[in-house]
Amino acid sequence: MEAFLISVTVFVLAVFVGFEIITKIPSTLHTPLMSGSNAISGITIVGAVVAAGAGENEVAKYLGLGAVVLATVNVVGGFLITNRMLAMFRRKK
Amino acid sequence: MGPNLINAAYLLAAILFILGLKGLTSPRTAVRGNLLGATGMLLAIVATLADRQIVSYETIALGVVIGAVIGAIWAVKVQMTAMPELVAAFNGFGGGASALVAGAAAFMPGTVEGVPEIQVQTSIALSGFIGSATLSGSLIAWAKLQGILRWQPRGLGLQILSNGSALVALGMGVGYVLDPEALWLFCALCAGAVVYGILLTVAVGGADMPVIIALLNSCSGLAAAATGFVLGNNVLIIAGSLVGASGFILTQIMCKAMNRSLWDVLRGDLGEAAASSPQGDVYAGRTKSTSPEEAALLFETARIVTVVPGYGMAVAQAQHAVRDFANLLEARGAEVRYAIHPVAGRMPGHMNVLLAEADVPYGKLYDMDTINPLFAETDVAIILGANDVVNPSARDEPGSPIYGMPILDVDKSQVVLVVKRSLSPGFAGIPNLLFTRDNTLMLFSDAKKALQDLSREVRDL
Repeated sequence: MEAFLISVTVFVLAVFVGFEIITKIPSTLHTPLMSGSNAISGITIVGAVVAAGAGENEVAKYLGLGAVVLATVNVVGGFLITNRMLAMFRRKK
Repeated sequence: MGPNLINAAYLLAAILFILGLKGLTSPRTAVRGNLLGATGMLLAIVATLADRQIVSYETIALGVVIGAVIGAIWAVKVQMTAMPELVAAFNGFGGGASALVAGAAAFMPGTVEGVPEIQVQTSIALSGFIGSATLSGSLIAWAKLQGILRWQPRGLGLQILSNGSALVALGMGVGYVLDPEALWLFCALCAGAVVYGILLTVAVGGADMPVIIALLNSCSGLAAAATGFVLGNNVLIIAGSLVGASGFILTQIMCKAMNRSLWDVLRGDLGEAAASSPQGDVYAGRTKSTSPEEAALLFETARIVTVVPGYGMAVAQAQHAVRDFANLLEARGAEVRYAIHPVAGRMPGHMNVLLAEADVPYGKLYDMDTINPLFAETDVAIILGANDVVNPSARDEPGSPIYGMPILDVDKSQVVLVVKRSLSPGFAGIPNLLFTRDNTLMLFSDAKKALQDLSREVRDL
């Protein structure tokens, strides 16, 4: 139970940090925010890598492979497109 | 690498994500912020690869290579106008990945050390549910944005079905938590969630796309956070909840900018009110049409010009033509401003990205609250493919289906030049009395062509 409470604590605090930061992001950058946060949600790749590499169970391995593919598209594509957009904003001024 | 070192790396990654998002608070620091986020991700992945649980790397390498190639090609090739489609699809991938990880965890019981069984199973069920619904919902949103799917059913029957599928899925989830050996219950849970995701998004109309994309963005984060509870992994929980909060805030901003509740959006509610409102011939003989030659004369003396872009500008790929025209006016001594409504386009911030692509400095982009008092001093307001967001009925007519939605007060300008292909209604399906105002001129044309014609005529002045 203790471990669960720690996880919940981390979750709640992170939500508050998220609210504090995101509300300060100007509307001009809302599209890059979405693609950038999308890339961050690709963090699920951490779980995908364990599932694909643990070698405990064949089914888990293939589910893990699928998860690694999807999460990598998210991470690589997400950070790249965000960088492409933000570079356009930086060109000026 | 021992578990302590790995956890330290995860902590550092979480800090980098937070600093990365903080960088997005200003266009000057945004590129660096994104790089910090990417660095955090790389760190988290490397630390995970060093985990002693991992015995084989072939499958991981295969997956990473396939995913990286797809992601990189997509991100490099995609046009800025197609950004909503890309984000919709990526939301789905994030959700799908989380659901798959939850599935893999269901198939290898007892591998997560130090996390109580009941937490693992509950989180597996949650992650499977949110992830599957995000995947199917995002694919529907993507298909709608691509124009592949035009079907938009609404009504009570659909709501009963969608709530029913959610209830069935949750029932399966409870069953799975009580009996984790019964993997078919988990599969049924995911299948139910997939149906729920489809039914939830299929009623959403074109104008509401910004809301649904933001909502799915939030869900993809929450799915990752739920996966973090499965694995007892804090970096997943932190990153997932940051994204969840971000998407939720954007959803709220979008709903507020349309004066509608999330519930109304999900039911596709506005459409029905609009369908019953009288279309009639409200425009007959009351609109004034103009030509590029005539309209060009407006800019002979105009000192302050405000451009109001909408989805029509994106469709016509007119952002570069806008910039050329603005350059011309600025060379003649006029000041050009851009008024951006929060829901212009099909995702939050869509217009800003398109204008940035065309090298419009972001200092010239004004948000609704800043620009509205400035319309009184505007000589010419050019409406480019925007409709409902400049409809004065939303402000003046309590009976209108869109009454209460905040709008850009373009009618306060000296002259309003509406560039539009026809008098067809916008997403809300209602007539726009702005077009009949005394100070409004209609230029019936494609946005790009109109601006090119105007540029030519103004150059000849």
